[in-house]
Parts: sequence; C-alpha cells; structure tokens
Amino acid sequence: MFKEELKRGIITENPILVLVLGLCPSLATSTSVQNGLGMGLAVTFVLACSNVIISLIRKVIPDKVRIPCFIVVIATFVTIVQLIMKAYLPDLDKQLGIYVPLIVVNCIILGRAEAFASKNNIFKSFLDGVVMGLGFTTSLCLLSIIREILGSNKLLGLNFFPGYSPMTVFILAPGGFFTIATVMAVIRYIGNRKKGVKA
Amino acid sequence: MNNFASLISISIGAVFINNFILSKFLGLCPFFGVSKKLSSATGMGLAVIFVMAIASSFTWIINKFVLIQFDVTYLQTIVFILVIAALVQLVEMALQKYSPSLYEALGIYLPLITTNCAVLGVALINTGVNTFSGKPYSFFESLLNGVMSGVGFMLALLLMAGLREKLELSDIPKTLEGLPISFITAGLMALAFLGFAGLNFFPPIGG
Repeated sequence: MFKEELKRGIITENPILVLVLGLCPSLATSTSVQNGLGMGLAVTFVLACSNVIISLIRKVIPDKVRIPCFIVVIATFVTIVQLIMKAYLPDLDKQLGIYVPLIVVNCIILGRAEAFASKNNIFKSFLDGVVMGLGFTTSLCLLSIIREILGSNKLLGLNFFPGYSPMTVFILAPGGFFTIATVMAVIRYIGNRKKGVKA
Repeated sequence: MNNFASLISISIGAVFINNFILSKFLGLCPFFGVSKKLSSATGMGLAVIFVMAIASSFTWIINKFVLIQFDVTYLQTIVFILVIAALVQLVEMALQKYSPSLYEALGIYLPLITTNCAVLGVALINTGVNTFSGKPYSFFESLLNGVMSGVGFMLALLLMAGLREKLELSDIPKTLEGLPISFITAGLMALAFLGFAGLNFFPPIGG
C-alpha cells in the first residue's frame, strides 16, 4: 500500500510538476541541492504534522471557520520549523530567508488539508502528508540538481566538470523559469507519447 | 543617506530591481492563474496594490507595538497571516457596503489574495533587516515598499497578460502548450529585468 501511495505522490500526482502547486518556494529555493533538500524536508515535516492534527480535529471544527483553523495549525508547525532551523541549521536558515515563514501560504499544504486531511482518518492523512511531501522534495531536488550543475558547475558543493565555466543565469531568476519549463515539457512529451498523441 | 534619496531607492528597488514576481518568485500562482486576459490582470493588480498597502501598514504597527513590546516576535508568522486574512475579509465587507462599483471590479480577486505569498512576503520583508540602511523600515518606508512592490507585481502581471493574449493566437508545439510556454515567456521577461540591477543609484550601506 505504501508503495502505491508513494507512486501517487511522486509520479501521478506530483505536487509541483503535475498539480502545479507551490511554485514560489520551489523556484526560489532550488538554486542548490542543499537548499532544495532543506526546503523539501521542512515542507514534508509541516505537511505530515498538520495533516495529522487537522485530521484529529476535523469533527470538532465548524465548517464555516475551517480555513482559518487550518491556517493556525499550519502556522504553528511552520514556527516550530523556523525555531528549530534557527537553532541547529543557522546557515540554511540564512540561505532560505523569508521562504521558511512563507511555507504557511504554500498552496500544497492548505490544499492537502482541505482536500484530504479534513475527510480521512489520522493514519491515512499522515501517509498522504508524507508521500506528498516526498513528491515535493523529489521534484525540488530534480530542479535544484539541474540548476546547480548548470548554474554553478557544482553538485552538493563539490566541483562537477573541471575546466567548464558555469552559466550563472541558471541560479538566477530566469534560469528557474527555464528549468521548470523544460522539465514540464519533457514530462508532457513522455505522457503524450504514452497516450499515442503525436508531439 | 538623506531621506528623499532612500525613498526613491526603495521605490525603484521594489518595482524594477527586486520585482516580486520576476526576481523573488513571490505570488507566482496568481501570476500564472490570472494572466490570461488583460482586464482580469488589471483587476488583480489593483487589488494586490490595495491589500499590500493596508497589510504593510497594519503589520508594521502590530509588529512594533505588540510583538516587540511583549518580546514575542517568534509569533510573527502566525500573527501576520491571521492579520492579513482578517484584513482581507474586512476590506471585502467594507467595499461591498460603501463602494459597490469597486467591489464589483475587485471582488472576486480579494479572497484569492489571502493565500498570495506576496502579501505575507512584503510584511516579512518590511519588518526584517533591509539592505538599504541595515535597520527595519520605518512606518512610511514600509507603506511605500508595500505600494511599490504591488506596482511591480501589477507591471509584471500586465506585461505577461499582454504577451499571453498574443500567444493564444500563435502556433505552439503540443508539448509546450499552456504552462511550459508561459514559464519560458516569464523567464525571458526575468532575463530582461535582470538588466535593471544596474539601476541601483544609491548602493546599500556595507554592501
């Protein structure tokens, strides 16, 4: 069961590349693998925890005020992540900057709370949070691997191709847009080929 | 640095150099969602300027007189998002009552703005350490930064909407249709906006 769920989170319902949710942090923090991985894991933690709590209180909160309730729960976990990061990973915290508190307004988290956790039991919601978070993390890693290799000729801080000068534009803003456009086009091309549509 | 120069520097910085969409990646969802028609892009842009101006002034006041006063700045994220959500709701109700014509124009875009990261982003930037003076912005500077970031957002949104209206009519390969071609367009615009980095008349202190 976990395997099927994992496939759903990473491939068929990939939050960034298929559902196109949470674009802002995914483009802004994919400048290096370290940042991408840090951001992905932070989002996964918040997503799993908030899904559990929301699923626990789903029968208590009145329907009309559910969105503000969800936001408070999410904001609480984001604050926890912020404090932990400041204490143990100060360098990563400086790199990610305002994008850590901005996890609050990440559409993936509110979207999963609304569409899944508010309707399902705790265990299922937790699993959904974990696989969706992993889907987010893998696509963020994919984007950041491409951008780090092309943009700074490094991978995880180690030199990649010796004697090749990096295309700095890929770690700047335009490169983010170009990378995600290419990745999405490739995915769509493969999808179309499977369906038998001519590209 | 004299005061007037810093105000100009903040304005140009917010509109061109640190454009919210094209260099900071804030507010991408509405940027791709509402940029299909020029008319809806105008409505969304005006609504964002309006909410950002109000949100930056209110969050500044709350940060200064409540959070810092009682030494609970770690609650910033929770407090700011609640304040913004409440403000948007209030603005919506007030508009509906006092200015139905404006409500008609902006109405449907207002609820979307609560989850727009640009609004929370501008509040966090205002209260954080900024590059111009090394201190948090003053009240007036925050308000200006809010309005000007909104103007920058609207500028990018309008440019994108104009381009996308033309793109609708052109012949695009199947794999690139829809989002991928929009991303490439946005990337090209961001590339052009990189050129504005040279506009920094008043270099930041210590940098």
